[in-house]
Amino acid sequence: MDPLIELLRNNSNRSPKEIALALGVAESEIAARIAAAEADGTILGYSAVVDRLKAGDRRVTALIEVRISPERDGGFDRLARRISKFDQVRDCFLMSGGYDLAVIVEGKDLLDVATFVSEKLSTLGGVLSTATRFELKAYKENGFLANGGGDEERLPVSP
Amino acid sequence: MEYDNKISNIIRDLPRSGIRDFFELVIGRTDVISLGVGEPDKPTPWPIREAVIRSLEKGQTSYTSNLGLESLRIGISEYVTKHFRTTYDPKTEILVTVGVSEALDIAFRAVLNPGDEVIYHEPCYVSYSPSIKMAYGVPVVVQTREENEFALMAEDVEKAITPKTKVIALNFPTNPTGGIMPHEELAKIAALAVKHDLLVFTDEIYSELLYDGRQHKSIVEFPGMRERTILLHGFSKAFAMTGWRLGYACAPAPLREAMMKIHQYCMLCAPIMSQMAGIEALKMGETAYEDMRQSYEQRRNLIVSRLNGMGLHCFNPGGAFYVFPEIRSTGLTSKEFAIQLLEKKSVAVVPGSAFSSAGEGFVRCCYATAPELIAKAMDLMEEFVNEVRGKK
Repeated sequence: MDPLIELLRNNSNRSPKEIALALGVAESEIAARIAAAEADGTILGYSAVVDRLKAGDRRVTALIEVRISPERDGGFDRLARRISKFDQVRDCFLMSGGYDLAVIVEGKDLLDVATFVSEKLSTLGGVLSTATRFELKAYKENGFLANGGGDEERLPVSP
Repeated sequence: MEYDNKISNIIRDLPRSGIRDFFELVIGRTDVISLGVGEPDKPTPWPIREAVIRSLEKGQTSYTSNLGLESLRIGISEYVTKHFRTTYDPKTEILVTVGVSEALDIAFRAVLNPGDEVIYHEPCYVSYSPSIKMAYGVPVVVQTREENEFALMAEDVEKAITPKTKVIALNFPTNPTGGIMPHEELAKIAALAVKHDLLVFTDEIYSELLYDGRQHKSIVEFPGMRERTILLHGFSKAFAMTGWRLGYACAPAPLREAMMKIHQYCMLCAPIMSQMAGIEALKMGETAYEDMRQSYEQRRNLIVSRLNGMGLHCFNPGGAFYVFPEIRSTGLTSKEFAIQLLEKKSVAVVPGSAFSSAGEGFVRCCYATAPELIAKAMDLMEEFVNEVRGKK
């Protein structure tokens, strides 16, 4: 992978100047490459990874296992894209195994998610079944441990 | 009681480590960005820690063979074959030690008679000269110089050789400079060792951490060297295992046996928990450190350009995780620079003079620190350098 993209995946918050020094290329080139990656859809967007509990976010998240019937032209794509367009859907992946789509849904409470599943998702043509699993607690998100996890003490000066 | 005459002359006359002096200035302060450490900024990779937890649950808490667990020695043999293209017999030629520090200590004690000379290079890690003295040897220093990017020049080594010389001790990449050895210079030093029938101790602790696509080559790989080399290596730096204190020595059987005699009486064996960690580390191999190595390389680029940008001349070191900028242009000694930077800007670096007089005029900055902190430390250091220069 492009080392610039790798670097941004780990921390998108670094300044183009700092990235330029780290990779040994001109700052203007970094800015141009980032702009190009944003323009061609390589970079989809940026967001902070938040400890939702600490942020006081009381919304609920659920993983919906969805089985769908593939279509003659395009397989799962058309229906998967349709499902992805709902604002409630945070992530949507095609999976191997016992079901087809893993759909991560956020709602303001259980009822909100349940309503979305029963009224929007399962009523779509081609959706065969859904199984809803609510998230209880996040221990690690996008590679970051909740509660930091890094309390290891290091001496300030060592040989 | 008068204790001075109760303490051995050798120990009484040993200087305290300069790092320790500086450590005591920093300890207890919580506001400091430290570039003063000598270890990775991440804890030991989780699979290694997890393997040790499992081993403790199984009750593996006993002594091991003095030599170290056989499965660990087999793993070490395979690793050394791959990385140094030199094969050692796990049964007769490998000894597991408590860090490279122990390995170095017992290697000196195993070969030196009182008055034997050991050639080593400065600036270097703080233990070389004391370890030689504690083994009743005579340390003979060869200075490495900034103009050679702190590589050791064979012609300087040759000038230091006398009829009493027994060992040449090498450590490349080097702490504190990050200097590495050009292969052609290493070949010349190998030829000198063969010509004068000398032993060579090569401390390979930073050998995995090389940048810009370089391949490491050890002196043991040159013709005639295997029989006269003690290869010292450990897990601390590449595998982020400094606190486990696990190292090893690879040497021809008679040398290994001599070291083993000391090790069995003074240390018995390396802790089994650490040995278990070592076994898992070797299973992980390069995957345990390759991402970190790449990240270090980027951090090195960042810190080297920032230092040069603020007018502190700094060569681009090929290995380890230290940079060694020259600070003479500020008009301060390296100790003054480090102390004032700590007091005024709360950034800790280690004075080069802690690594021998050859380090005067330089400071050691470790870049095994988060890039955000490096950037912040560099901003503060730049402010400090401008203030010092403004005053002049």
